[in-house]
Amino acid sequence: MALIRDMIPAFELFQPTSVEDATSLMERYGEDGWVLAGGLDSFDWFKDRIKRPRAVIDLGNVAELRGVRSTEDGLEIGAMTTLTEVASHGEITRSYGILAQAAAKVATPQIRNQATLGGNVAQDTRCWYYRSGWPCYRAGGNICYADAPTAMNREHCIFGADRCVAVNPSDTAPALTALDAKMVVRNSGGERVVDAEDFFIGPGIDITRMTIMEPGDLLTSIRIPTTWAGARFYFEKVEDRKSWDFALVSVASAMTVNNGRIEQVRVVVNGVAPYPMRLDNVEAQVRGRPLDDETATQAGETAIRGAKALRHNDYKLPLMRNLVRRSLRGEQA
Amino acid sequence: MAEKLIGKDITPPDLVAKVTGRAKYAEDFRADGMLFAKLLSSPMPHARVRRIDASAALSMPGVVDILTADDLPEVDAPGERALTNEPLYEGEPILAVAAVDETTAADAIERINVDFEQLPFVLDPLESLRPGGPNARTEGNVYHISQDLREFRTLKWTAADLTEAGEDRLPMGEPQVEWAVGDTEAGFAEADLILDETIVHQSLTHHPMEPRSSMAYWQNGKLFLHTSTQSTAQTRVAVARALDLELDDVVLIGEYCGGGFGSKVRGSPIMHVPALLSRKTGRPVMMRITLYEENSLGRARPGFQARARMGWRSDGRVTAIDLYVVQDNGPYDRRSDFTTAGNVASLSYQPLSMRFRGVSVFTNTPPRSAQRAPGGAQIVGMLEPIMDKAARELGVDRVAMRRINAPDNNGWVGANQGNLTSAYVREALDKGVETFGWEVKKQLSGQREGTKVTGVGVALSPYVGGSIGFDGLLVIRPDGRLHVHQGTGNLGTHSFADTARVAAEILGMPWDRVVVVWGDTSKHLAWSSVQAGSQTIHAHTRANHAAGMDAKRKLQEIAARDLGGSPGDYETDNGRVFRRSNPSQGMSFARAARRAIQLGGKYSGQELPSDIHDVTVRSAQALAGQGLMGVAKDNYGREGGTWSFVVGFALVELDVETGQVDLKEYTAVADCGTVIHPRGLAAQLHGGGVQGFGIARSQKWVFDPQWGIPFAKRFYTARPPGILDVPLEMHWGAVEIPDPQTPVGAKGIGEPPVGAGSAAIASAIADALGGQYLCRTPLTNDMILAALEGREQPYRPLEIHS
Repeated sequence: MALIRDMIPAFELFQPTSVEDATSLMERYGEDGWVLAGGLDSFDWFKDRIKRPRAVIDLGNVAELRGVRSTEDGLEIGAMTTLTEVASHGEITRSYGILAQAAAKVATPQIRNQATLGGNVAQDTRCWYYRSGWPCYRAGGNICYADAPTAMNREHCIFGADRCVAVNPSDTAPALTALDAKMVVRNSGGERVVDAEDFFIGPGIDITRMTIMEPGDLLTSIRIPTTWAGARFYFEKVEDRKSWDFALVSVASAMTVNNGRIEQVRVVVNGVAPYPMRLDNVEAQVRGRPLDDETATQAGETAIRGAKALRHNDYKLPLMRNLVRRSLRGEQA
Repeated sequence: MAEKLIGKDITPPDLVAKVTGRAKYAEDFRADGMLFAKLLSSPMPHARVRRIDASAALSMPGVVDILTADDLPEVDAPGERALTNEPLYEGEPILAVAAVDETTAADAIERINVDFEQLPFVLDPLESLRPGGPNARTEGNVYHISQDLREFRTLKWTAADLTEAGEDRLPMGEPQVEWAVGDTEAGFAEADLILDETIVHQSLTHHPMEPRSSMAYWQNGKLFLHTSTQSTAQTRVAVARALDLELDDVVLIGEYCGGGFGSKVRGSPIMHVPALLSRKTGRPVMMRITLYEENSLGRARPGFQARARMGWRSDGRVTAIDLYVVQDNGPYDRRSDFTTAGNVASLSYQPLSMRFRGVSVFTNTPPRSAQRAPGGAQIVGMLEPIMDKAARELGVDRVAMRRINAPDNNGWVGANQGNLTSAYVREALDKGVETFGWEVKKQLSGQREGTKVTGVGVALSPYVGGSIGFDGLLVIRPDGRLHVHQGTGNLGTHSFADTARVAAEILGMPWDRVVVVWGDTSKHLAWSSVQAGSQTIHAHTRANHAAGMDAKRKLQEIAARDLGGSPGDYETDNGRVFRRSNPSQGMSFARAARRAIQLGGKYSGQELPSDIHDVTVRSAQALAGQGLMGVAKDNYGREGGTWSFVVGFALVELDVETGQVDLKEYTAVADCGTVIHPRGLAAQLHGGGVQGFGIARSQKWVFDPQWGIPFAKRFYTARPPGILDVPLEMHWGAVEIPDPQTPVGAKGIGEPPVGAGSAAIASAIADALGGQYLCRTPLTNDMILAALEGREQPYRPLEIHS
């Protein structure tokens, strides 16, 4: 069979108007169904004819999946809320600034108008071997092309490799993990709530997926608890150009400071592992320490302990070290 | 007096259609019964097609026919055909399917089985030059071109050549091209400083916004081809030749072009596919090329691996250059970028002595073509930072360094030390120093604030600025309007309209009564330069000057004949020809046009000059009798080559913790002679500069070396610059000294802004790094960070396709 790209094959389109209808369609089609949010990830796959669902379930008409609501314990953001809304929402920008900043750094204004928060966290990796349809481990094969001796792996991982060396591409995922967000997942059997930190998974758990969601699961909303509201935040994304690019490395941190000392802290880095990587060792090290350059410098060194570079991504070590240092140096982003 | 047109901004006649979306590009056309075609492309970098089984596809409802390489006319090697049985790069088209819609055609492609025999491939010219290294083509790895011989050859360097250089310096074995001016040994002996650098420049896809789509149909044996092309008259000739058709049997329509940058000079081979599929099926055929395909079968700039040994006197004067360029040629026609690079280097620095050597090696990577300043942008981007490095070591101001070496009107270029028509580089440097504020800004060099270090850069970028000898064709109609029939094409630079102003200005014709005719060869266009290589402004201000003068003479003669006196007594202005001594005595152009029709002969195009091109003759014959015709060849002549120059100045802030570079300010100043259209010039200087920013900073061309497959095939992986990579502070200027050897004084300016942008930023980054020049493009964060942290660079100095 000859290959052809850039031409979407035909599929059956469903446009349910309720979560219930969506999940029942998902159940009906199982592995043959595909849930479509903003389409930025999905249409790439469709265009390349690599993912070929029989049925596409477009969530665009499910009103209950859109919008930001205040709750007793913070905010609840519908999975279909656009990144533009997330980036400009009053309460998010006021109290959970890293999420707004992270959303604003995604791609371009046009893409942010169309892309959704749910889609951004659920998106697949951008490893170009995998995205080119090569039969790698993640695609069900038995090789990682990106880890070969001559492979082009500048954008791949330095932590968490397990046969696959791809990274999580999401900008909002590290911010949500730093905010201790709760992911609300529904399927025909009911609803469960998962910590963001546990929502993203590495190849050791399941090499074919980036999140805990299995066929039939639908991410309906993301809850942001008040735990970190108004904390001292830092977000930074380093990329090759200033728009329409995925992070080489990004960092999101949240902390509370009392009398110049770090009280509570969460530090999450993305672009370095197959999942947004929470740095427990750094957090433990800096808790109770003065918020100063020395603490930050030591934290940077700790952050990259155990990192293993591939052929072309050694730079991610100093980049991650420096970003972690920066995020803890006491600068406001 | 009618308004002066040259040097004024205009709203070009294509603009409203473009911004309102009314403009129809090739893929917007439809015809009754139209089929859609899709391509089957090679999945591997080098192979031979053993067998094609399309039976399953052809039996699908809606599939009409296929076209394979066997249906195409032969071409002379090492040329390229639209379809092939021996693919020489991944993504090369093998066959096309025509079906009732694109979905069906794409589904049909997947039902075709092609049996490929895999052949050895090579991506890196140096691999191919190694003893026993693979050849990209079965016939050889280089193409020899001399006066009397053209042939494939196999060129291998010796193990000694390679050993001597070591892993990280460019080996310099037997070249294909070699020349020398002066005594380089003496030049180096005289030098107070000698640097020997190995430098790599990436290959680059063109990334036009509009892919090279075409739609074709035939009527009564005549081909109608809608296509995306830079040139009109020349593309039509190329199509007729390639398909062995009479010129009159080709109508080419391409009024708008969504960018070409040298990749669509005369269209490209793939436009033959819908033409031939349409002939085969008897139905119109549309073939929309996707952006993904564009990255394969579109064109690319050849990359260089180079070594430059240069010597300087303590005052910064270049005493010697010994330059060796290895060119990544891609699989087809030999590109001249590498030899142009030698010329540009000689021109920029006017060295007391110079040797150039070079070799262009076939590789199994996408086909190369001209890309905006072919050869120039590469070598300027590679050598200018070395000039800075020398300036730093010698303690010479970097602008002074350019000034002491810059060519003036007595400058020379290349092996034959050819003359220049003009060169006002020092004037451009002066203006740039003032506009950018060099004296103040250079004090900021190396200053650190927080984690950010400032760097400033300057660069000089020359390029060829125009050709000669084309035709102008215009008709003053009895309604008093002037129709200028331009064959140049509408690449997007507006020069198709700008050059028409010359004829209008000579005649004294108000601009609102000028009709620019372009983009459709059934409208009878003049023989024109290709719209490439910065040729149009020069070639067609001249050609339209000649035609305008011809029309003016005819107006004067008609006036003298009807109103008395001699032609020399008459002047033209405001759409009238009138007696100089008594302006009330005269006639309108409209009346003169009616008289021209009555008089016939040369006045209305019944008799034509004997020296105009056959294409112009046919067009003029078709237009004869419609009014007063001005038609002439540009016989103005010139001595020497026409070159334009741009100096670029950049200020960057480099973050020492992330390697991130912010371009804060950019200024470009041109020596392009008379300014025809200021806004158009600004667009060229800034737009070309932005392309240069991409070359210097972000734009990628990445292959997996083991499999020979490219990855940077999407905008987001290839990373041309986005609007946020463009600084808010951008300025431009022009020297505005007319070139003395062309009637209007204008030189082309499309090309040199690219090298100026790329080199100014590379220089500014090196400046921010305390003088550390990393000797490759693009200069990405990973390389910068590795340099700052003292870690090993991510790529070996000669590694390419990274």
